[in-house]
Amino acid sequence: MKVFDSIQENLLEAVAGFHEIPAGAFNIRANGETAARNCTEHITVEPKADGTGIVVTIAPGTIKESVHMPVIVSRSGLRETVYNDFYIGEGADVTIIAGCGIHNGGEESSRHDGVHRFFVARNAKIKYIEKHYGSGDGRGERIMNPRTVIEIEENGYMEMDTVQIRGVDSTVRNTEARLAAGARLVVLERLMTHGNQKAESYFRVAMNGKGAGANIVSRSVAKDDSFQLFSSNIEGNAECSGHTECDAIIMGNAKISAVPEITANHPDAALIHEAAIGKIAGEQIVKLMTLGLTEKEAEEQIISGFLK
Amino acid sequence: MMLELKNISFQVSDDSREKEILKNVSFVLQENRFTVITGPNGGGKSTLAKIIAGIEKPTSGQIFFNGEDITERSVTERAKMGISYAFQQPVRFKGVTVLDLLRLAVGKKVSAADACQYLSEVGLCAKDYINREVNASLSGGEIKRIEIATVIARGTMVSVFDEPEAGIDLWSFQNLIRVFEKMHDKMHGSILVISHQERILRTADEILVIADGEVADQGAREEILPSLLSTESSVSGCKYWQKGEV
Repeated sequence: MKVFDSIQENLLEAVAGFHEIPAGAFNIRANGETAARNCTEHITVEPKADGTGIVVTIAPGTIKESVHMPVIVSRSGLRETVYNDFYIGEGADVTIIAGCGIHNGGEESSRHDGVHRFFVARNAKIKYIEKHYGSGDGRGERIMNPRTVIEIEENGYMEMDTVQIRGVDSTVRNTEARLAAGARLVVLERLMTHGNQKAESYFRVAMNGKGAGANIVSRSVAKDDSFQLFSSNIEGNAECSGHTECDAIIMGNAKISAVPEITANHPDAALIHEAAIGKIAGEQIVKLMTLGLTEKEAEEQIISGFLK
Repeated sequence: MMLELKNISFQVSDDSREKEILKNVSFVLQENRFTVITGPNGGGKSTLAKIIAGIEKPTSGQIFFNGEDITERSVTERAKMGISYAFQQPVRFKGVTVLDLLRLAVGKKVSAADACQYLSEVGLCAKDYINREVNASLSGGEIKRIEIATVIARGTMVSVFDEPEAGIDLWSFQNLIRVFEKMHDKMHGSILVISHQERILRTADEILVIADGEVADQGAREEILPSLLSTESSVSGCKYWQKGEV
């Protein structure tokens, strides 16, 4: 078993919430190679034959188990693309915790592009949590470009919770989903950019079966000179309901674009989009100041609540 | 003496015309007194409350808190010194829960059980509310009571409530009256409430009538209330407007 250094431990803590080896199934990838891996009775974690990633297979009916899939990069200049596939068996109910932490103390950019494909079988339920974090004071950029492809069969359910709060210089996130009858997808994306960071996030969700539902919510804060683009396209191809919402706080000289798009190809598709960009409301700051907070403390409180 | 306003005037520029919202307002809030400010809409009552909290700065005049001139003190400084202010239109926050807000009000980590006490005081079933976000999902009456709870939680020497009854339905209003009656009984420090409601006026020790930016009348409730109620115009406050330009 590989021993992690302190930088790697910090990254693991930030993206996966642990220092040591977790319980249950896991695969820890550090600096481009597998550092630790574990299977359980119901969950197998295996490398792909071509070495490009791993395959996680969750047996039908697996209840209340979890899979940890952290990736940490602490070597400056490392660039990698990993293809991981997740097969969630019929009726399973599991949590998958992935995350990527890059520490770059060097001059060259470090980049991790993760391509995750989820195949959610009938009546299966999965919660997918993904945290992105960057640290290190090197000039090299920390880049992450995740691509997530989701297929949900009849009455399956997936909840996706993504967070990128600090330290990622550039990110382009692509999420595509196809939903069968009765399938539901709930996404909460939380994002904060600062300095000169850039973040783009694209969602394409096709609801193809009767009773499908999607709720795509993004909450973001752009500070300093950072740039954010949020684009979501929800397509209703059957009797279904979809909602997409982008809510952003803009600060400093930041720039934010929100491009919500909804397309109904069926008369019973009910689709809503909402998008709002604005500064922190002055009265919110004043209210917290009347409780004894300084202006700066009030601002921090409002942002941390907003991104919670 | 707890809070003293001396010759407070407040002007705003409106289409290059100077408009006087408050003219030379002076009064003293005594310790352990429950004072209600009433008077016609647009008379300057809310502006006065904001000036006390430090949200607006007077054009001229001074404010003293326990003898210290606080005219130049910020909202935060005044809050820390012991002045609380309940908004007429409470502010909503996405992601901030009722518990978060109560903890910020108390200024330290309080247990959820302690925080629930403050909600019970304003007649809210605490367990239904403690983890809810202070966002648009709360009704006007609910958020108003939470706002009042944040001020009760602070327990400061001066508490200012700007029209606590505004936006509250009849059922909640009965409850609200009890909240203020209880506050009056258990009172420590000074309570200043801006209100149009007779029931709240009846709770007062002192009544201050502000009309057209001036103190039109002030004194003990027994003195002021009968004359307010005896005029047909007690609701609209015409009695006081007639003195002015109307």
